[in-house]
Amino acid sequence: MMERIPQYLFWILIFPGFVFTVLIGLVASWVVRKVSALVQWRVGPRLYQPFVDILKLLGKETLVPRGSQKALFFAAPLIAMTAVLLLSTMLWRIAFDRIDFIGDIIVAIYLMVLPSLALILGSSASASPHAAVGTSREMKLVLAYELPLALALVVIVIKNGGQLNLAQIAQNNVVFSISGLLAFLVALLCVQAKLGFVPFDIAEAETELAGGVLIEYSGALLAIWKLAQAMMLVALPLFLVLAFLGGFTVLWAGIAKYVLILVLLILIKNTNPRMRIDQAMKFFWVYCGFALILAVVLAGLGNYYGIGWL
Amino acid sequence: MSWKIWALKKSPWVFHVNTGACNNCDIEIVALLTPKFDVERFGIKLVGSPRHADALLVTGGVTAQAAPRLREVYRQMPKPCVVFCIGACACDKGIFANSYHMVGPVDKIIREIDPNAIIAYVPGCPPKPEAIISGVVKALSAL
Repeated sequence: MMERIPQYLFWILIFPGFVFTVLIGLVASWVVRKVSALVQWRVGPRLYQPFVDILKLLGKETLVPRGSQKALFFAAPLIAMTAVLLLSTMLWRIAFDRIDFIGDIIVAIYLMVLPSLALILGSSASASPHAAVGTSREMKLVLAYELPLALALVVIVIKNGGQLNLAQIAQNNVVFSISGLLAFLVALLCVQAKLGFVPFDIAEAETELAGGVLIEYSGALLAIWKLAQAMMLVALPLFLVLAFLGGFTVLWAGIAKYVLILVLLILIKNTNPRMRIDQAMKFFWVYCGFALILAVVLAGLGNYYGIGWL
Repeated sequence: MSWKIWALKKSPWVFHVNTGACNNCDIEIVALLTPKFDVERFGIKLVGSPRHADALLVTGGVTAQAAPRLREVYRQMPKPCVVFCIGACACDKGIFANSYHMVGPVDKIIREIDPNAIIAYVPGCPPKPEAIISGVVKALSAL
């Protein structure tokens, strides 16, 4: 056990953990800004822009608001970053080396919720009325999208005949069936909401809440939040690739699938206005909920009668 | 030049405060942030909270009501940061030079709480977006 610790540390801190994921994540956040710029017919930022942003935030003063819960205020970004780090390390190891343990899909679900919970904790610890409104919206949003996401994964598990480990699930291309396609589309929208992209950036809402949940964060703590968000931009599409699109069986095909999901997210982001929170809840619970119940039924029937495309 | 200043120059996030302007400079600032001028090329981004900001764009020659708010916003910004006075009013009160209700100009109010503040001036009534970009670039390269 002891002699394997350096190996584990290397996995978590360098490859495919912290350094690798942060690099890919910052490049991905540049892709987001660049493609948004191209959609709006402008040039957009240089490749090094996200790196300079992080460097600048690390060099600035960190202000702690008076009346805030200091311990929680400092701990929340670290909790979020740790959760995303674990999630991305686990997913990369599954993608590259096909390690598997039974039920890792459930571990992934829990690790994906943690950053949102940390965001709720951190913003409610920051003693600001704007952050309080942002907190309440983020909570409602988490309640709204967790149920459809879980149902979409139920479809995956049914389609794979009850398999609960991602390395096995990644062998199959679930998306080429009616129920799999429905589940994939809904899961894509849930990922959009998890990343806080428009139309689901209700909790941050720059124009009305002035940054919402992150309003009181500055300097190094804000840099940690930005890093965590950049790493989410790697981990969540990667999860979709593994669960729905057949994983990294061929390396370039896996990368193409990741870029495809990223571009889909960016295009949804750039062609939609922000929803109100009640519209978002209705969207996720009523429309996505019914679509997924249909998908679960179809998947069950397809599995029972052995019809692959259902 | 320290790496902190270098990074600040490459990615100045701006926060916009109106301290009693006639709204004309504000319209020019909004025009500056549209896709036509594309200031994201220089890493400039409008942020919603002074805690995230590196540069404060102030328009208007501070009214008696706005002065305490301007001081508060400046205190809320993490240092190092830069203040830009946009327009004639913000630079030296403009046509409101002898008004009873103007306690500015902006640099006087800011220097009351921070004598070493970095302040840049972009005159004009209103300054065109090109003039604002030119002023910001000159000020940042002098940093």
